[in-house]
Amino acid sequence: MTDLTMDAAVSPVENTQPAARSKMDPAFYQKMEDDLLRPIRTRGSGFKITVAALLAVVAVAVYAYITQVRAGLGVTGLNRPVYWGIYITNFVFFIGISHAGTLISAILRLCKAEWRRPITRSAEVITVMVIGFGVANVLFDLGRPDRAMNVLLHGHFRSPLLWDVCSITVYLVSSTVYLYLPLIPDIAICRDRLPNARWFYGPLALGWTGTHEQKHLLEKLISIMALIVLPVAISVHTVVSWVFGMTVQPLWHSTIFGPYFVVGAIFSGIAALIIAMALLRKAYGLQAYMKPIHFNYLGQLLLAMTALWFYFTFAEHLTAYYGGEPAHMAVLQEKVVGRYAPLFWTMVICCFIIPMIILIRGKTRTVTGTVIASITITIGMWLERYTIVVPTLVNPRMEYDRGIYSPTWVEWSMLAGCFAMFALFYLLFTKVFPIISIWEIQEGVEEGVDETKDRLVDYLPEGSRLSGEN
Amino acid sequence: MPKWGMVIDLARCNGCSACTVACKSENNVPISEPVDVEERRFFAWLEVIEHEPEHGSGAGRTRFMPRPCMHCDNPPCVVVCPVSATKLDRDGIVSQIYDRCIGCRYCTNNCPYTAKYFNWRTPEWPEEMKQGLNPDVSVRPKGTVEKCTFCHHRLQRVSDQANAEDREIREGEFSVACAEVCPTQAIAFGDLDNPESTVARLAKSNRSFTELEDLGTEPKVHYLREDY
Repeated sequence: MTDLTMDAAVSPVENTQPAARSKMDPAFYQKMEDDLLRPIRTRGSGFKITVAALLAVVAVAVYAYITQVRAGLGVTGLNRPVYWGIYITNFVFFIGISHAGTLISAILRLCKAEWRRPITRSAEVITVMVIGFGVANVLFDLGRPDRAMNVLLHGHFRSPLLWDVCSITVYLVSSTVYLYLPLIPDIAICRDRLPNARWFYGPLALGWTGTHEQKHLLEKLISIMALIVLPVAISVHTVVSWVFGMTVQPLWHSTIFGPYFVVGAIFSGIAALIIAMALLRKAYGLQAYMKPIHFNYLGQLLLAMTALWFYFTFAEHLTAYYGGEPAHMAVLQEKVVGRYAPLFWTMVICCFIIPMIILIRGKTRTVTGTVIASITITIGMWLERYTIVVPTLVNPRMEYDRGIYSPTWVEWSMLAGCFAMFALFYLLFTKVFPIISIWEIQEGVEEGVDETKDRLVDYLPEGSRLSGEN
Repeated sequence: MPKWGMVIDLARCNGCSACTVACKSENNVPISEPVDVEERRFFAWLEVIEHEPEHGSGAGRTRFMPRPCMHCDNPPCVVVCPVSATKLDRDGIVSQIYDRCIGCRYCTNNCPYTAKYFNWRTPEWPEEMKQGLNPDVSVRPKGTVEKCTFCHHRLQRVSDQANAEDREIREGEFSVACAEVCPTQAIAFGDLDNPESTVARLAKSNRSFTELEDLGTEPKVHYLREDY
């Protein structure tokens, strides 16, 4: 009943559209489907070796965690007054990386950036896969992980940690939905092309047949989710920064921490995305889809974030220096010329100097160039989180309690384990779902090109073009 | 409702650390081995800090500052606890709920006085000392935060007694272990709201100050400055 009315309402509009919409070359479509489903169809020896290697690293981390649970946090390098260390650094870092996906993909979708099509999926997966590691690191940090449920049973809403619990939960749910929605048409393709796995893809495809009505609904839902996800993503990292900003501790108690952390998050997120894309195109031979132009454009975004990051870092430290309050100065000196100076300046080189040199010139904004910049940025941003968390704790307000922190093998193993497990989850995802959106590329060819052209024509004065060229 | 507070006379403190020992014994505070000191994980709910001022008239002389929990009226540790395991009681004592603490150490990080302690391991006592543990005070499990409670268990007993006799708690009836043992009587303890009490009188002295006053935490532990 409703189907009929919907069709009736839509078809006249369809008829008024220019008849000659471009069509995808069927031969190319076949090739694309083969290319993008190949990682799912085949399990090579490379895959098996990688999984085994990653599992080995994870196993060490599991052993480290068991050691920690049995003996207590005494097996870490934490002490008094340095109560937080690598785990909390990882928490901030991973939540930051998780901004790669959803936020970037949402911005690109809302801006109708056509070059987004082959990259949104790989970005969104990073978000969903990595956010769990952010949460996990807080749990690793707990002295009594068995009591974690107290956060729900006895939640104290004045605590920024509880705000984190709320915003991260909303973010995880909404970004999972946001990953799943554009996945539905591709799941349907898997269902139709991989008959052996029909039991798995069938229910997940929700009966997708690609009718006009379904497509219309899906696109509407995706736009709504993109709008919802944007403020949620910004709130998540703002609240993470408030865990520090709301305290009275020197150099944590800062009003710009909210935006500073959000910028840092997007910055490290794009870097992580570029690294993931480079690995994907190499491992699965996707050079034809993730082209140098995509790296070039992402590199430009990264360049903008490099400049923004520097601006915030500079403003933050200059303000502390000029204020000259003894407690703040003690921490600042420790960072800039003291024991944490090697880490601090490595961070500046990794986050600003190297990326700036590489990304500012179009000539070096190649795949290799952007990947090098992204690797240094990822290292630099981890160091940034570390030099925010630790130097403040080493220099508490009571000057008699100066401390020192050197992480132990337990913390380093857990760090390595988190990276390995993230890589493993990401790898497994690419073996189950197409990592490049098949239907969105097809849509780009069949509708995107004409739509963009129509839009460009709309920007120009009426009648400026010779008739018949519209 | 009384407002319990402490005044520590820095001119009288000679750094003997009897307060630390009394506190440890009264409150089942874990023993610290040399390795704990080395790893910066020693426990002392009341630590006597030794320092040598670099400037001023006291420069070059070793000074002592006993530091318990300041029991702030505006405690930064309480607001950040995600599970309300640390609270400001009606009588002004900042208390810890050991059974609820998840060990996130957010409170220890937001305490500007570094007055909170974390159980890095399961606390252990030599066999002969286990007999001496105070049955009124719980032994804290590994992974939880603890700190000076102004000997809260003593207050419990005293206020039960006062309630049974239908009267207020008398001046001097409730005191803390550290104040009782101090040989130079450097530590005074009592009701800051009772103008007759010693602590109220001393807290008004022109030598009186509180640590990190400008943070607005309103500590209920006051210090009396040394006059040289």
